Amino acid sequence: MNRPGAKGGTTVRNALRGWGGVTAMAVVCALVALLALCLPLTTATQHTTAANRTAQTKAEEDCEAPEKQTLSPSSSDGDTIRTIKGRKGGKRKLIVGVDQNSYRWGYRNPNSGKTAELEGFDIDLVHRIAEDILGDPDAVQFKAIPTDQRIPAIQGGRVDMVVRTMTINCARIADVAFSAPYFKTGQQVLAPKSSPVKGYDDTLADRKVCTAAGSTAYSTLEADQKAGELPASTDISTTVPNQLDCLVRLQLGEVDAVVTDGALAASQAAQDPTVQLKGDAFTAEYYGVAMKKDADDLVRRVNQILVDYRKDTANGWQASYDQWLSATLGKDATKSEPPAPQYLRTP
Amino acid sequence: MTYTAKSSTPPPGPGLPVLPAVPAQPAPPPGPPGTPRALSPSPAGPRRTAFAEGLDQLRSAATTEPGRLRVIGALLALLVIAFGAVTAWQMTERAAAADDVLTRSQPLSSDAADIYRSLADANTAASSGFLAGGQESAGTRDRYERDIRTAAEKLVNAAANAEPGSPSTATIAELNRLLPEYKGLVERARTYNRQGFPVGGAYLRYANEKMQQQMLPAAEDLYKKENQRLGADYAAATPYPWAAIALGVAALAALAWAQHRNYQRTNRVLNHGLVAATATATVVLLWLVVGHTLARAGLNDSYDHGVRSLNVLHDARIASLKARGNENLTLVARGAETKKVGEETYDAYDYDFGTDIKALATHLAAAEKLADDTSGERPVTAAVGNMTEWKKRHAAAREQDENGNYQEALDRVIGTEDATGECFDSVDENLRTALAHEETEFERAAGDGRDALTGMPAGTAVLAVLGAAGAVLGIGRRLSEYR
Repeated sequence: MNRPGAKGGTTVRNALRGWGGVTAMAVVCALVALLALCLPLTTATQHTTAANRTAQTKAEEDCEAPEKQTLSPSSSDGDTIRTIKGRKGGKRKLIVGVDQNSYRWGYRNPNSGKTAELEGFDIDLVHRIAEDILGDPDAVQFKAIPTDQRIPAIQGGRVDMVVRTMTINCARIADVAFSAPYFKTGQQVLAPKSSPVKGYDDTLADRKVCTAAGSTAYSTLEADQKAGELPASTDISTTVPNQLDCLVRLQLGEVDAVVTDGALAASQAAQDPTVQLKGDAFTAEYYGVAMKKDADDLVRRVNQILVDYRKDTANGWQASYDQWLSATLGKDATKSEPPAPQYLRTP
Repeated sequence: MTYTAKSSTPPPGPGLPVLPAVPAQPAPPPGPPGTPRALSPSPAGPRRTAFAEGLDQLRSAATTEPGRLRVIGALLALLVIAFGAVTAWQMTERAAAADDVLTRSQPLSSDAADIYRSLADANTAASSGFLAGGQESAGTRDRYERDIRTAAEKLVNAAANAEPGSPSTATIAELNRLLPEYKGLVERARTYNRQGFPVGGAYLRYANEKMQQQMLPAAEDLYKKENQRLGADYAAATPYPWAAIALGVAALAALAWAQHRNYQRTNRVLNHGLVAATATATVVLLWLVVGHTLARAGLNDSYDHGVRSLNVLHDARIASLKARGNENLTLVARGAETKKVGEETYDAYDYDFGTDIKALATHLAAAEKLADDTSGERPVTAAVGNMTEWKKRHAAAREQDENGNYQEALDRVIGTEDATGECFDSVDENLRTALAHEETEFERAAGDGRDALTGMPAGTAVLAVLGAAGAVLGIGRRLSEYR
């Protein structure tokens, strides 16, 4: 640093002389070494990762524990509920966005004998909400919504709410309002039993991974790959409208593994005995009912319904779990139970 | 035929003279008296070409009457032969094209339309099966299997008739590759459906995607290409054979001039050979013009009343199939896909249904206008009626779905009583009848057109040879008078 040609000099340069200079050099060397180590993994994405990180930390500063950012329960009617109740004749129904492809969550069982009825854990909850608000569990108009259309459907007013294995996260609470969590799950890897993929780790290198477009799974993979936690050679470009479409691609050999919520991955494994969950869940996530950002009365009402639903052991949450999910997620529901709700959001 | 004895030249003796050698030979008679061997090459000059020599000989020959006669005879024979040859060549081409229109390109274009129709119908049948839930009915399954079979058969036919290396071949190969893939996906969907797993529905969506995004565009492409080929065959069969007509007129004019010259020199009105040549050339020219005009009329008729109707009806059938497919998908997707048009947001499949029904109405109106007899008009009118009823029932079904009565909506679309499916089937059946009728019309008109050309190439060639022989004989007759 003490270049012979440098005459006079600023205070900075003076400060760099002596011990200050030595320390600075040491710091620079350490940084260079660190960079050199990280380089093979992150060269291409360095800048974006850095930018992303600052954005993420900023979002996380505003959004601590997104599942707690909801309004306290209440049973009183507001504008939103009055509008729903005010619908006339055949249209006096709760319009709910659901999935019809998630085995045991929301699907059409071709052999149920009840023809076109949807059924599953999410569907039970919808019926409960309709019963509470409109007095008739069947006063529901189901709309099947692809994963990446859930938020636009709510914002555009095409549905009153979405009950569709929807994870509460910081990015989404900026666009829609969530109820308190009603289910706990986490991302998991699904692959054929014979596959060398062992879990969410380096065994995914050079493999093709399928996710649903607009899902938490995809955004997690994308962020992790940028951060270098997922091998850069993992191909995550295959996205499909619905997580179940991933099982099709997996069976046809077009992808090597699927990443989706553990609860849904278990449903996929239940439909094909040759695939299995690989490794443990690598995130902790909560499902919530999503509603319009300003539908405060509806959010409070749904939170009240969820409180009652959890308490009701005969016909509530536990009964629905036993009926639909115990076969795929195990008899013991503790690892799926949502935490005790907290209502930190203030209107 | 009488000779008027007015001539200055002595008439020939009785009986036919011995025919001279074919006058077409270029060699002039050796040194006719009074004509010096013109311009014999000077020893100092360069060696002259054979052509120049021949020209000189011809020139020297042309100065005597027999020489002139030989040249005239040769030219007349050449003209008549050329007329016959060009006629035979042009009409062979047109007859082949007319035959292709009737027996190759039109059937292939119809086949291509059938391939499209079968594929789209199979896809609709498969999605109806899924909508029905549980076990699909025997009717739906049969319909699906029949469609796949038809598509496979017509593809083989199309492959056999496609020219190797043509773009059609690539399209057919592509369809041949995709068809078993598609079928495999549908079979998997059925199996999973039987087990009650929703992944069956996912397979069906994948199969539908393959059909909509790869197979149907390929089939449409094939249909367009076959239609272009049909257009090209029409274009090759209908234009007037101007070259042949011009040569015919020239031959007749030359014959007339030769006879006039003959008359002026000999005062004889008729020369048997030349008259025969004139007569055959006239017959050939008349046959050519009348035959081709008839063929042209037949072909144009087959295009105006056959092909155009067939195209419009095929388009109508395809529009009704697309409409039906979208109607089913509206219920399969259950509001999953939306489309923004201007400010309004619509269900994507229902919006497409509206577009397809409008297209169907347009095509049916066009078909009604094109239908030229009652038996062609009746099924189209019936189809229009079916379509009106379909629209009404569709609106009612949509209302049920909008009100959340999914099952009721389903019953109104794929149910057994008063469902829109009935209307679609009736439209399809009526269009099938209309297509069969127009196909017969086309075959009759195009057959008439093609038959008008039957034997023309060979016949005109033979007549031309006879005409040329007549001309040669006629001139030879005159020539013999100098012997």
